[in-house]
Amino acid sequence: MPSEKVSFDYSSTDNTLSIKFNGDWRISTKIPQLSEATSQFLAHPDIKNVSFDTTGLSSWDSSLIAFLYKLIKECRNRSIAVQHNSLPEGIKKITTLALKTNNKEVPLKAATGAFLDRVGEGFISIKESVFIFLDFLGDIVHAFGRLIMGKAYFRKDEFMLLLQRCGANALGLVSLISLLVGVILAFVGAMQLKLFGAQIYIADIVGIAMVRVMGAVMTGILMSGRTGASFAAELGIMQTNEEIDAFKTLGINPVEFLVIPRILALVIMMPLLTLYADLMGIFGGFIISVSMLNLNPVEYFNHTQVAIKMNNLWVGLTHSIVFGVIIAISGCLRGIKCERSASGVGEATTSAVVTSITAIVIATAVITFICQVLGV
Amino acid sequence: MGMLVKPVIEVRNLDLSYDDYIVMRNLNFTVNKGETFIIMGGSGSGKSTLLKVLIGLKEPAKGQVLYGGEDFWAADYARQQEMMRGFGVLYQSGALWSSLTVGENVALPLQLYSNLSASQIRDIVELKLTLVGLGGYADFYPAELSGGMRKHAGLARAIALDPEIIFFDEPSAGLDPISARMLDDFIIQLREDLGATIVVVTHELASIFAVGSNAIFLDDQSKTIIASGNPKDLLADSKDPKVIQFLTRGRI
Repeated sequence: MPSEKVSFDYSSTDNTLSIKFNGDWRISTKIPQLSEATSQFLAHPDIKNVSFDTTGLSSWDSSLIAFLYKLIKECRNRSIAVQHNSLPEGIKKITTLALKTNNKEVPLKAATGAFLDRVGEGFISIKESVFIFLDFLGDIVHAFGRLIMGKAYFRKDEFMLLLQRCGANALGLVSLISLLVGVILAFVGAMQLKLFGAQIYIADIVGIAMVRVMGAVMTGILMSGRTGASFAAELGIMQTNEEIDAFKTLGINPVEFLVIPRILALVIMMPLLTLYADLMGIFGGFIISVSMLNLNPVEYFNHTQVAIKMNNLWVGLTHSIVFGVIIAISGCLRGIKCERSASGVGEATTSAVVTSITAIVIATAVITFICQVLGV
Repeated sequence: MGMLVKPVIEVRNLDLSYDDYIVMRNLNFTVNKGETFIIMGGSGSGKSTLLKVLIGLKEPAKGQVLYGGEDFWAADYARQQEMMRGFGVLYQSGALWSSLTVGENVALPLQLYSNLSASQIRDIVELKLTLVGLGGYADFYPAELSGGMRKHAGLARAIALDPEIIFFDEPSAGLDPISARMLDDFIIQLREDLGATIVVVTHELASIFAVGSNAIFLDDQSKTIIASGNPKDLLADSKDPKVIQFLTRGRI
């Protein structure tokens, strides 16, 4: 369909197509498709020349330049001569500039291959990421060796700050969540135990569940979302800003300087937070039992004391230390291996949280199984 | 038309501050249509803060910035947005959106604010990238380009909507001398061929003399403009030792 902004006039005597531009050619308005012009080439296969008439043009911007640019390129492909002397000076200049600009040679981009190729590449990348992980683990072990020998260097002030970030600053969140977990455990337990008139055993259920596993698991999941993600984002941005390279060139091992204090801080703070979470959970169960199930507070306290054996506590604390290592390592690994872009930092953070939560669940299953076998 | 000079930006009694800390006070200057206007001054003199106020990112403590006679900071949000569409900004390191390809970076403003079809947008993107010397790089991600190429791609995005005013923040920072020179040439070309008004924040002497037709000099001690005019004239005529020192790289 012809539009009023461009019209064509073909003279078969000198095989010239005259293209007339009319009205406003602006990005903010509708402009004709290039195909209107190229269809003229098909309609008149014997075109030798193209000329332009811009007397009816009231205003123009890049939309017209882009149109002309593509059109002239098309003409060149078809060996049609273009007379652009009649174009206004400004249009002629930019169009000529665009046409003569020598673009750099564009390197080839790796094409996405066939299905089997991608499967293969996927497998290779899994293998690579295993190696990267083992490599990183080796660095950590090496750095810990140097730490024990007193050779590793990191700043004590920063370590204190990390302890605060991993510990004290998380107390509010841990309190709220573990209190609610205690409340939920008490409610769920009460529904069943009421049938037997054995409500007092809620104290045992809440106590043992919190201390042995729930306290540690809840704290672990909270801390991977809170601290693990922040480690990954922080180190990721440092990698992007070349701060990590700056450490390396100064002869400072980034694993010693950045990763070791983070692992230490979490490994120290996770058991403490877990103990605190256990207490809050038990307190949550206590509130529900006393206020809604009318249990005797003293009796609840005594029952809890008797039910929780020391080995429950050791199992719980073992969980928490393992989780601390998992969260810190996955956060730091993803951060340090982060791709240097904004989306790279995003991916690193996501992957740190996903990795640590998955690993926490797997570790819980493994530890539970081992305890079962050992009879702890 | 002819000799009539049209002011594009007028700055009146402008004070810049961060909370209570005054960075610059009582700034007055006019940028005319078709000029290449240089904002120069030493590091920390408030050049970038002034730029932020001009492009609408930071509200001034006091005073007015008039675009075509209209007070930007007195306008409501919708009007400000509309006025900002008439600016193109090249940020110091390109500021390309890293999750989009170079082509998508340039196409985004066109998709938002034009009525063109997808294929027409593609043609304009190709044209703009060709003009900055990056034809064929539309499908590359910013991370796959060198620093200088990213800057050129940022320029292609800045001119996507054919802005009337183009702001450059330290255009030659991080570029090799030849690329810096090419960018300067391109700035001159933009002014001549597109009739754009150019505002450049820089302390790069070569650029200042190559592209500047008018300039202001910000001084961090007196916290205001201590010289203005064509940079070459300033070098020849200025009596102010600070200005001379700056324009001669420290000769006293």
